Amino acid sequence: MIGSPDVVAFTKEDDYGQPNPEPWPPIPEEFSIPLYPLADSNPWAKTSYAKFTKDFILISEFSEQVGPQPLLTIPDEPKVCGTFDLNYFSLRIMSVDYQASFVGHPPGSGYPRLSFVEDSRVVLGDSKEGAFAYVHHLTLYDLEARGFVRPFCMAYISADERKIMLQFQELSLRFSQASECLKAGNRRAFAKELQRKLQDLEYTHSVLQREEGLQREADPQTRYSAHAVEKANELANVEKSIYEHRDLLKQITSYHGRPRRDPHAAMCHKCMSECLAECEDLLEKFSKLAGPLGCIGEEGQILTEDEAGEGEMEEDEDGVKRRPSYTPQLIRAKSAKCFDKRLKTLQELCDETFYEASMELLKETERSFRGDLCYLYTRRLDRSLRRKQKVTNFLFEEEVCEDNDEEVTIRPFCPVNHSVELYTLLKPPHIVLAPEPLEDATEPFSEISHTLDSELGLGESHLESSPSDQTLETQDSSEGTKCSYSSGTNMTKQQDQQHNLDSVISEAPDPDSDVTPDHERESSSEDMETTAGDDEGDHTPVSLLEPNGECEETPLEVCESDLLLPIDTACCMSQDGFLYEDLAADTADESDHNSKIQPPQTLVVNQEPQALHLLQDHYTVGSLSESPAAGLVLPVGQHADSVSHVSVEEGSDCTMSTSTGSDRAHSPFGYGAVVTLRQRRKAGQGALRFVRQYPFAIQALWCLLSGRTLVVLGEDEGRVRKLVAALALFVPGPGKSAERIQAWMSCPFSLSDIYRWKLIGLQRVSSPMGSSLLYSLSRYSRYISILDIDQKTLRCPPYHGQLLSNIADHRTSIRRGSSYFLHLQSVLCRLAAKAFLLTFTHHLHLPVSLEEGPEVVKGRRLCFLQEQLGLDEDDNEILLYLSQLITRQYLQPPSESTAPPCFSFKYTTSDLYKI
Amino acid sequence: MLRWILGSREAQSALEKSSVLCIGEEQPQNCFTELQVLKGHFDIVRFLVQIDDFRCASAGDDGLVLVWNTETGEKLLELRGHSQQITAITTFKCRNALTTQTMLITASSDRSLSLWDPDTGNRVQTIADLHSSVKCLLVLERLCLWLSGGEELCVWNQDFQLQCHQPNPSDTGIIALIELPKNCVAAAMDKEIVIYRLTVPADSVLCLTEMQRLSDHRDQIRALINVNDNMFASGSHVGELILWDAIDWNILAYEHILWEESQSASEIRMGSSKPSEMSIQHLCSNGKLILAAVGSGLYVYSVLTKTVLAYRKVAHDSNVLHTIELISCSEDGSVRMWEIQDLPLAAEPASAGFFGMLTFGRSSKHSGPPSKKVLDVSNLKMLELIGDLIGHSGAVQMFVSFKENGLVTCSTDHLLILWKNGERQSHLRSLKLFQKLEENGGPVFS
Repeated sequence: MIGSPDVVAFTKEDDYGQPNPEPWPPIPEEFSIPLYPLADSNPWAKTSYAKFTKDFILISEFSEQVGPQPLLTIPDEPKVCGTFDLNYFSLRIMSVDYQASFVGHPPGSGYPRLSFVEDSRVVLGDSKEGAFAYVHHLTLYDLEARGFVRPFCMAYISADERKIMLQFQELSLRFSQASECLKAGNRRAFAKELQRKLQDLEYTHSVLQREEGLQREADPQTRYSAHAVEKANELANVEKSIYEHRDLLKQITSYHGRPRRDPHAAMCHKCMSECLAECEDLLEKFSKLAGPLGCIGEEGQILTEDEAGEGEMEEDEDGVKRRPSYTPQLIRAKSAKCFDKRLKTLQELCDETFYEASMELLKETERSFRGDLCYLYTRRLDRSLRRKQKVTNFLFEEEVCEDNDEEVTIRPFCPVNHSVELYTLLKPPHIVLAPEPLEDATEPFSEISHTLDSELGLGESHLESSPSDQTLETQDSSEGTKCSYSSGTNMTKQQDQQHNLDSVISEAPDPDSDVTPDHERESSSEDMETTAGDDEGDHTPVSLLEPNGECEETPLEVCESDLLLPIDTACCMSQDGFLYEDLAADTADESDHNSKIQPPQTLVVNQEPQALHLLQDHYTVGSLSESPAAGLVLPVGQHADSVSHVSVEEGSDCTMSTSTGSDRAHSPFGYGAVVTLRQRRKAGQGALRFVRQYPFAIQALWCLLSGRTLVVLGEDEGRVRKLVAALALFVPGPGKSAERIQAWMSCPFSLSDIYRWKLIGLQRVSSPMGSSLLYSLSRYSRYISILDIDQKTLRCPPYHGQLLSNIADHRTSIRRGSSYFLHLQSVLCRLAAKAFLLTFTHHLHLPVSLEEGPEVVKGRRLCFLQEQLGLDEDDNEILLYLSQLITRQYLQPPSESTAPPCFSFKYTTSDLYKI
Repeated sequence: MLRWILGSREAQSALEKSSVLCIGEEQPQNCFTELQVLKGHFDIVRFLVQIDDFRCASAGDDGLVLVWNTETGEKLLELRGHSQQITAITTFKCRNALTTQTMLITASSDRSLSLWDPDTGNRVQTIADLHSSVKCLLVLERLCLWLSGGEELCVWNQDFQLQCHQPNPSDTGIIALIELPKNCVAAAMDKEIVIYRLTVPADSVLCLTEMQRLSDHRDQIRALINVNDNMFASGSHVGELILWDAIDWNILAYEHILWEESQSASEIRMGSSKPSEMSIQHLCSNGKLILAAVGSGLYVYSVLTKTVLAYRKVAHDSNVLHTIELISCSEDGSVRMWEIQDLPLAAEPASAGFFGMLTFGRSSKHSGPPSKKVLDVSNLKMLELIGDLIGHSGAVQMFVSFKENGLVTCSTDHLLILWKNGERQSHLRSLKLFQKLEENGGPVFS
């Protein structure tokens, strides 16, 4: 028992040997707490196992001269990897190259063949080193290399295995992009190299021919002399070499035409076609040369060699404009010894721009994966949640830009920045987080994303189970420290599984042809054909696929619970709760799931049934006060309980969950969360200060939230700006770049200013202009609230509601701006959800029957607000305003509309508040 | 109101100085809780005309005519053609064989007249190089004719052909034209109203015959309106309101609107009762009541009893420019909505502020041709402010009411404001929302 990973997981290595047998049986994992608190009392600082401090990317190559060697790390700082032995780890990662590189002459073909290999993806762990890595192998071409190939690999190395496993899909996607980029550059460079070589060869050929001709002329008798024979052989060799290289050029040109197995392989089309055109150019040029060459070879006398040579040169200049300066060189008969020559560096192998671009990609990858898994998880959870509520996001979330960013990165990467319209959008980013497979699966996106996501969801069990199984094995065995597992096979298997599943689910006449996105179909069909790559696939232990096997036969509900098993309950208790809260809707949605898969159109958003369903669901459930906010509250209700039961029960005979837990424990947590959102947190600090400082803050916030323009009047620009920045957090729908906020103005404003801006910082001036400014203030006083920060007064309508009391309590116990910011975010989010519900509930706005008048509807709306949402009259105004904003946004986002914006207001009296 | 913020009183401009009448910010009866600012003009917007239920056209000193959709606030068309300010605009129903189409006729200081198609924005007809610029337009739909009045009076047919014209009827030119029964029209010029009759004699050429000159006003006529089929009314610069019989052109009633209060004080401070303060700027009528904008005050005159029903001496802070149906707009930049309420019991001091000053004896001082009606206090009602619309930063020149669909105001600040009932708009938006939802089959969260 002591040796079981569970126990080991929570003790330090030093404590391991202590003869202190625990009398009690190991408690279930979720209740475990570290028995021996660490000295620094920071449970997340368990980096003692790893010899490096944070995640990094390592690029290594298998040099034919010196074997595996590390090339570079990203970030490129020596302290990143610390005492971590890069050489040793390079050896480890290069030794698990599953690329089916087949080099040399295949039987039956006369020329050496380039092997077009797909990248392979492997997750590898080294618990001794405390390192886990996603390893991406790729092959580049080098004319001087053995078999023309240079194996490379890129590895994402982390101390946290879970991080690797859970982010596998995205790592794979990002590394594939980088790899494709490198390979594209490499093909370019290779073609250029070939071109040069061909020029050399042809020059050599002509020189040799000339020599031979001269010799023959000089002494026709010596035709069979040893020297002549040697010359002739040399000439023949050169010719053969020319043919070989020409063939290579043809092969490299055909690269794009060949079907790809790799689902992630996608390049900028323009780059591809450019490269293709370039290669074809070359190909054409050299095949044209073949004519005269052939003539020379056969007839030999038609042209004088000089003329031929000149002709070639000219054509050189015409045909290859890119390298007009290149002068062919004579090639010696014997090439240099393998070990003498200097191997090309990675930069040289790839075109410079492509190299730089892929390095940029990798750096971006490193950046985006920084931080602890929890952090990444929360961020993504947040993001995926926001994506679900696109209608209301504009109110309080600053998501929109972020989302766009992400979409940019998932586009096929183009190193030379071809214009955007040429992109065909790749798949949306997938969030591979163990606890939410189904959430993803039901996410209303395009067809592609949908199937992809569900595929991923299914894949999860493999991704998690297989490595842990392996880990267990290896730990049992004496070697104990090393494990590796190839995922490429699993991937393809999953896709097959997905195919089967799809066919089971949808019962469409021909689901495969309709349902599966192209790349999948391609890859799976290729699985049957490929000779090189699929051997590993076939040998995957059947046990790994069992959960899915069940899936195929069992009804979907069961399937789900199976899928959810691997969730590590200890880690994700609250997340579980969240997840299963969603599950209720999701299970019901599974019926929709079928119908959604079936239409074959791609990228057609077809999510309505589900969305409507959700709406109705929420409504009919009747727990209106909870459900709208469900996204943010994490109710630990029945669902969560029952599920944790399930996972505990079934987890007992499910090895994988325990072992994952142990591994997670083994792998120390990364460094703390990266500081982001600094500005908004700062604004949170300002808002907190405002709330604590002014007893009438609640009125000001109410004004902002109910859509009444707030003017912050003050003499000191800095103070006004700061306060405006703080209060900007409360402005609903501030716009992508805060268009609804004017931080500082010092001229009299007009009516259109009041409704263009919801929050205005105004300079108090004593000059004559100041008086006209104040006149405009008094003239439009019915539309605005005025916060005077010099006199510390606020003039606005009175607020008597309760809703805002928990964000505007000036005796709040929240002390930190960031905490307040998060608190605020959750409150505002809940508000937005309520407003969403209000907006889209039909009978709150429209009569149910013909005889109902507008008063009945209004009464019902008020009743809903009062009784079901529990709001006061003043609070209603907030919701009604938010609802108005949502309605307008939904009908016509302000950016698209040509009509001037509407400005709603109320005629109410204002009070003057003083401190 | 904002004195705490203003600090000193000098900040208040002239517009604010006599804000005796202030309704405050709580206006439960004011249903205009939503507005849209319509931008497009580059100079003072003077005219608004309703084209149909959802369109209106605006015209101003920039020579532009803009067609607006009043439901959405969108600018539909820009009618460009006039090089100088627009002086008159009216709608004109063109009757074709099949359809009746509403067109726009505009007159401008560049001495041209244009006919516009507000559906396409085409300038269908245009007449340039008139002798003088046209100041008013009148469409006689029944006869398919229209008249233009300025220094001369011209009659045009549907195809912009001049039928006949009456040159130089007076020095000042015609400032207003109305249609009267029996093919007559009344033209107000300077202190006179001239009645013309359109006749088609045997030679079948339309001709315009002057029938009568009504010269009972003592000062320039500022407003001339039809009250109902039997009478029309005119108002002059010195506050005379005359009600005329529409058929035999006799005076039915003569009301000299002068504020008793100012007369009572006239001995003391004569300067305060400048004629501009009692000038009748605008008249409007619903057939039974006439609402006269007198200086900065409002005056409701009952046609049936021939008495003043209610009035407000200082209805606005500055001259009232336009009125319709108990709504008035003024140079002070505001639009005010009124309601005629029964006078509270006389014992209540609340109303005494305004009506306590009423003294009847003084009115006899003025001896007009017919003797002035004595205001009967028992019939007097209150003109109560029920709401005001503040938005324009300049004088509100004119407004057009679209009933429940809203109100469009135009102003010297180059803007139009579309005032709407917020609740109704919100309801309409909800309707649209669920319609769109249904069309999409569900919320597409784009």
